[in-house]
Amino acid sequence: MTQPVQIILAGVDPAEPDNWRLRNYLKRDGYVALKKIIANKIPPEAIIEEVKKSALRGRGGAGFPTGLKWSFMPRQYEGDKYLVCNSDEGEPGTFKDRDIMQYNPHILIEGMLIAAYAMGVKTGYNYVHGEIWKTYERMEEAVEEARQAGFLGNKILGSDFSFQLYNHHGYGAYICGEETALLESIEGKKGQPRFKPPFPASFGLYGKPTTINNTETFASVPWIIRHGGEKYLQLGRPNNGGTKIFSVSGHVNKPGNYEVPLGTPFAELLEMAGGMRGGRKLKGCIPGGSSMPVLPGDVMMKTDMDYDSIAKAGSMLGSGAVIIMDDTTCMVKALERLSYFYYEESCGQCTPCREGTGWLYRIVNRIEHGKGRPEDLDLLDNLADNIQGRTICALGDAAAMPVRAMLQHFRDEFAYHIEHKKCMV
Amino acid sequence: MLSAESLEKINREIAKYPADQKQSAVMSALAIAQDEKGWLATETMNFIAKYLEMPAIAVYEVATFYNMYNLKPLGKYKITVCTNLPCALSGGNVAADYLKQKLGIGFNETTADGLFTLKEGECMGACGDAPVLLVNNKRMCSFMSNDQIDQLLEELRK
Ligand SMILES: Cc1cc2nc3c(=O)[nH]c(=O)nc-3n(C[C@H](O)[C@H](O)[C@H](O)COP(=O)(O)O)c2cc1C
Ligand code: SF4
Ligand code: FES
Repeated sequence: MTQPVQIILAGVDPAEPDNWRLRNYLKRDGYVALKKIIANKIPPEAIIEEVKKSALRGRGGAGFPTGLKWSFMPRQYEGDKYLVCNSDEGEPGTFKDRDIMQYNPHILIEGMLIAAYAMGVKTGYNYVHGEIWKTYERMEEAVEEARQAGFLGNKILGSDFSFQLYNHHGYGAYICGEETALLESIEGKKGQPRFKPPFPASFGLYGKPTTINNTETFASVPWIIRHGGEKYLQLGRPNNGGTKIFSVSGHVNKPGNYEVPLGTPFAELLEMAGGMRGGRKLKGCIPGGSSMPVLPGDVMMKTDMDYDSIAKAGSMLGSGAVIIMDDTTCMVKALERLSYFYYEESCGQCTPCREGTGWLYRIVNRIEHGKGRPEDLDLLDNLADNIQGRTICALGDAAAMPVRAMLQHFRDEFAYHIEHKKCMV
Repeated sequence: MLSAESLEKINREIAKYPADQKQSAVMSALAIAQDEKGWLATETMNFIAKYLEMPAIAVYEVATFYNMYNLKPLGKYKITVCTNLPCALSGGNVAADYLKQKLGIGFNETTADGLFTLKEGECMGACGDAPVLLVNNKRMCSFMSNDQIDQLLEELRK
């Protein structure tokens, strides 16, 4: 059976509350990658090449190849450029970035330093989810430690490389996880997504070239530089390099974060999480955060946990939030709560999303409360069609996809609710 | 309008951004002001607008967009319970119902003694620790069984 590995979550040990500190991070080979880059004057292009070789894909949701994203930053640009870390972690089911920042904050700082060096950036912001104040404070402390030790600031370790890093605290808006909404938010505005193009690499924070990555993405980089991209790739599977933290929640005995090689069978991950609570049967699983399509239990049991395998099974790896539902779960009620979430969090800019999420919620709500009509199921499909792909940002898709998947896999249960005005389970 | 201590905190935030981008500190300025005053009155927001040299309307926009700002006076303790799906699978609603029953109020209501306001929250990025709740935006409480809730309320009532 696959064993959990600890690359990003190294040092997580409730019995060692000081493990996050700089001195402890240094004992775990901390800042070795940065020192190596500076001592050997490794050219920025070589770092981007190494990250490309590792097949590291964005851990924030879309799975975009990180090395490729970094290569989009204009190299010769004279003015300011920015690096932004997306620690807004609001996708229901996801709680990994919190643990990285809480227990291993310097790995994020080192990852951002390497990225900044590779892209010629002097200033970075880390946008921390509003509800995790303690973690924000922890990041503030860690940044201060790094500054005092000369890892952040001007002329780092005596080189020509300078980088300043600041934490920005969010205040409760899921949409700010969307990268351009996040930039608007740092600029001190409402978090409403921007039209793309232009992409952040040409017009980002304060209109300057900007690269945004997820916390876990940055945190994966120091290991890649220490051991090489090839080795990182081999930890996982072709096109799915490295390890991934899965946040397992719902009906399991030991909910929590599990860092495993990409490609680990779902069945093994479930076992690591203590198996199904009360020994019950797995009914369905959302493998990548609430915005991704649900899959039936038997399909999941045959699936491996990597980007390509989950896509083949009909869903997406997303943020790596694995929501487990046993056979006592009412899928109508589950969808009702998710639909309410997207309705509540829509920023209201685009009509299909603003109005459509309200429609979705109201219809699922009436089905759940015994007031559904036979034509409602087709209406839901139709609504999802009219939202998906027709909005400024992917929140519209995120609201539509769970509805479609629920109707695809659990249509009978919805029909039963409508006909009998009560739950099947 | 705000205490010297709050202003010092706000100044520290302003220093994080380019000199011509003071507006970037508006979210933290509002949070700091709310910590001091309990909620964001129009005068408070106007003060912040002046302080950050931005239009007052732009401050109102931010204050009304983000969920954690209090736009009217609330109880001394705002308790926000997460009821999103991952938490709901592990007792999020049980905790919410228990709180409603213990406090005798529904969501968005305040107890008669002015001590508690109850809110329904969205995912706090802590779903593995369900049920979770947040006291006054900053203190997160995990694994909130009914017993734990009793203890918390007792502690806050003191
Ligand atoms: C509605 C919405 C919410 C999102 N929330 C997050 C989030 O909480 N954290 C995150 O890293 N990415 C989130 N994303 C994805 C980001 O837009 C972006 O793709 C990501 O931060 C890029 O980093 P990566 O390439 O390292 O994954 C969200 C996207 C959408 C459309
Ligand atoms: S899709 Fe929804 S959340 Fe995204 S920009 Fe449009 S209205 Fe806002
Ligand atoms: S769903 Fe409650 S904290 Fe994530």
